[in-house]
Amino acid sequence: MNDSVSVLTLFLFNIVLVNIPLLYGTVGEILVEKSGSLDLGVEGTMAIGAIFGYLAGCAADSLLVGLAVSFLTAGLCGLLFAVLTVSFQANQNVTGLTITTFGLGLYFFVGKGIGEKWPAMTSSSALVDGFAPVELPLLSKIPMLGKAFFSQNLLVYLGIGTAVLVWWYLHCTKTGLRLRAVGENPGAADSVGVNIVLYKFAHLIAGSGIMGLGGFYMALYMSGSFEGSNCWINGYGWIAIALVIFANWNPVLAILGTLVFGFFNTLQIYAGALAGAFPGALGWLGSVPPHLLKALPFLITAIVLIASSIRAREGSGQPAALGMNYFREER
Amino acid sequence: MEQQYAIEMRGICKSFGSVAANKDINLNVKPGEILALLGENGSGKTTLMNMLSGIYKPDSGSILVDGREVSINSPEDAKKLGIGMVHQHFKLVDVFSAADNIWLGDDKSGQVLKKDRYDVIRDMAQKFGFDIDPRKKVYNMAVSEKQTLEIVKVLYYGAKIIILDEPTAVLTVQETAKLFDVLRRMKAEGHAIIIITHKLNEVLEISDRVAILRKGEYITTVDTASTSEQQLTEYMVGRKVELNIDRPEVDKTRPLLEIRDLTIKNDEGAVAIDRVNFYIRGGEILGVAGIAGCGQKELCEAIAGLRPIEGGMMIHQGDNIVGLSPKAILAKGISMSFIPEDRLGMGLAPSMSITDNMLLKKYDQAKGPFVDRKLGRAEARQVIADLEIVTPSTETPVRRLSGGNVQKVLLGREIKSGPNVIVTAYPVRGLDINSSYAIYNILNTQKKDGVGILFVGEDLDVMIDLCDKIMVLCHGRVMGVVHAHKTSKEELGLMMTGALDLSSKYEDKPAGIARDSRIEESREVEE
Repeated sequence: MNDSVSVLTLFLFNIVLVNIPLLYGTVGEILVEKSGSLDLGVEGTMAIGAIFGYLAGCAADSLLVGLAVSFLTAGLCGLLFAVLTVSFQANQNVTGLTITTFGLGLYFFVGKGIGEKWPAMTSSSALVDGFAPVELPLLSKIPMLGKAFFSQNLLVYLGIGTAVLVWWYLHCTKTGLRLRAVGENPGAADSVGVNIVLYKFAHLIAGSGIMGLGGFYMALYMSGSFEGSNCWINGYGWIAIALVIFANWNPVLAILGTLVFGFFNTLQIYAGALAGAFPGALGWLGSVPPHLLKALPFLITAIVLIASSIRAREGSGQPAALGMNYFREER
Repeated sequence: MEQQYAIEMRGICKSFGSVAANKDINLNVKPGEILALLGENGSGKTTLMNMLSGIYKPDSGSILVDGREVSINSPEDAKKLGIGMVHQHFKLVDVFSAADNIWLGDDKSGQVLKKDRYDVIRDMAQKFGFDIDPRKKVYNMAVSEKQTLEIVKVLYYGAKIIILDEPTAVLTVQETAKLFDVLRRMKAEGHAIIIITHKLNEVLEISDRVAILRKGEYITTVDTASTSEQQLTEYMVGRKVELNIDRPEVDKTRPLLEIRDLTIKNDEGAVAIDRVNFYIRGGEILGVAGIAGCGQKELCEAIAGLRPIEGGMMIHQGDNIVGLSPKAILAKGISMSFIPEDRLGMGLAPSMSITDNMLLKKYDQAKGPFVDRKLGRAEARQVIADLEIVTPSTETPVRRLSGGNVQKVLLGREIKSGPNVIVTAYPVRGLDINSSYAIYNILNTQKKDGVGILFVGEDLDVMIDLCDKIMVLCHGRVMGVVHAHKTSKEELGLMMTGALDLSSKYEDKPAGIARDSRIEESREVEE
């Protein structure tokens, strides 16, 4: 029995540990989309934040430097997106896809270029320690849940803190109110003196920076081992875009979305172990084809997207001017 | 000493590409004065005002506020100078509350949103004499509420100069009267007010002076007290215009289209049309009056077969048309032309040529897989000639035409198909006097040919002159069908708001059911 509890605990622990980059990506994208920009470059932005954050973190042997560089380099992707779509009025979808292609390309270019000299994560004690679990006082003593949710690494807490902070910013501050107005009806915001260009630039940069933190997290989770064939981000950027809709553009709901998606995502790894630990209740899990389990998260995503597209407009958090460029003198 | 102008514009020019929207315009308004800015569509009224509100920058010329030359580079500059504009298409965030829409542009309060902002806004609105619910979301507001909110908004920002762009276009008679009271009060408080309109009776009622623009050029400014509708029209159009709408007497046929107990739901699933009865005879124009969103759109769509109905009958010349496809309904001779608020949204493909738009409804009649433009081009030429459409060629994309010409193309195509029932909604929406009268003439010609016309309109004056009967809707219910020559604007206004219900005025004859209905007859045949 003790053994089955520890399997379940480990399962819950990993739901959080493995999927937090999704939360960063989703919260970053929410901030960006609330300014009316539909940035499909999340995958590429996260990849850039991941590789440069990791390399800088290793070189400086500092978690803080890693975080800062991943935020800034990913923020540059947001700046690029802003210049193209806000200043030059380029199509947002195409620009986003371009940034994904560019980001992944740069990721492999830099990684392969470094080749043999690639730094191992073990060479930086600051990164290793920074990713080590930190037990929160009292809370971590709760049976099972304490281990799963309150004995995680610092970046998990930072991610959840960011989500709550962004929620507060959006709904409880005047800058947040203006930001939402820019995403809903830029003409209305402009007419009362809100600086549309400034708001779009600032939030594209900040939102992309947050995505970059998710990339950095992923690098540490993968222990910084670079492979020439697979990017660390591995599609998380795309899932994040879907999770924005699932979360109804609400950063706090994004935490829930991350856990729900994470549950199915982690299930494929733990199906065998869970079936072994609870042969009575979950024994059937062992006989589910692994490919089906692997497809499950994406199936769930598709179902959620369909369900949320039926939702009435008034309850939806989708910014009305999402994906549309704003030009004041347009007639 | 001469009183100083609140706003003075001198020699303002503005071009968009090669099109000159404003040429050398001079305009001024004093504090405590209402200036009407009059002109046809496309005469540059809104463009001119947008240069005061910071949306556009003039190419040349100067703007003086309180006698001091200023440069207005953005809406924020305008706000700081005390210029506030209530745009024709409201600049409100739908999902925000009334208070948040105002708070958005507030510079005085702190960064954190507090609950007391609702009270601040309510108190402030009351101080100016408005009663608004600060927590109400804009998407739940009626048009007049949104307009009030816009006015409260510019007052809250401390505007001394207030510009209103076609404020009465969406209001009922009573709401317009209320708005004018508000404007008079603001005038008494020393605000300078500029009101854009092309309704002459309103100009005469509310303004102190009238400035007239024609095709981007400044014509003159006259004192309202010493002018007349006729003179203003001549300034505006540049020549004499007959201001009477004909209502030719035509022999009416038996009902062409009969609607019984019709119930329709809108997109949100609420009842849009509630057990409505009416009929249209050949050779008559039945007007449909009602404030925006009281089911007109759903009614038109249902008749054209674009929207499923919940219950009731729609009988065309004795045949049931419920459940038929739009194409089958079209084949029976029922044509629908709906001009939505954005004018290009329905019925025409804006980036396609006039020819191709002519072909839209009969693409299936051509033989073979290729488009045969010959027929469409001939029709396009004829419509252009018949309706005097101004266009460089038949191959010009429709969106490049001016509003009036676009609407003529739409109506022209509908008439070309030789319908016996025309359903037309807002055919003169946003059109100037000339184009409007051209459209009325087209409708009257059709009426004389024995066509039954359902005319969904906005302007009650026009409806009273043009229609034979007027049906008034309020929240999807018929408030009564009145003879146009026996009713008044006031009566219609009361019915539109639901204050007056004439639907059961005659007990022996329920409103909207013809004595010589073909419905009973067709039932007998069926049995």
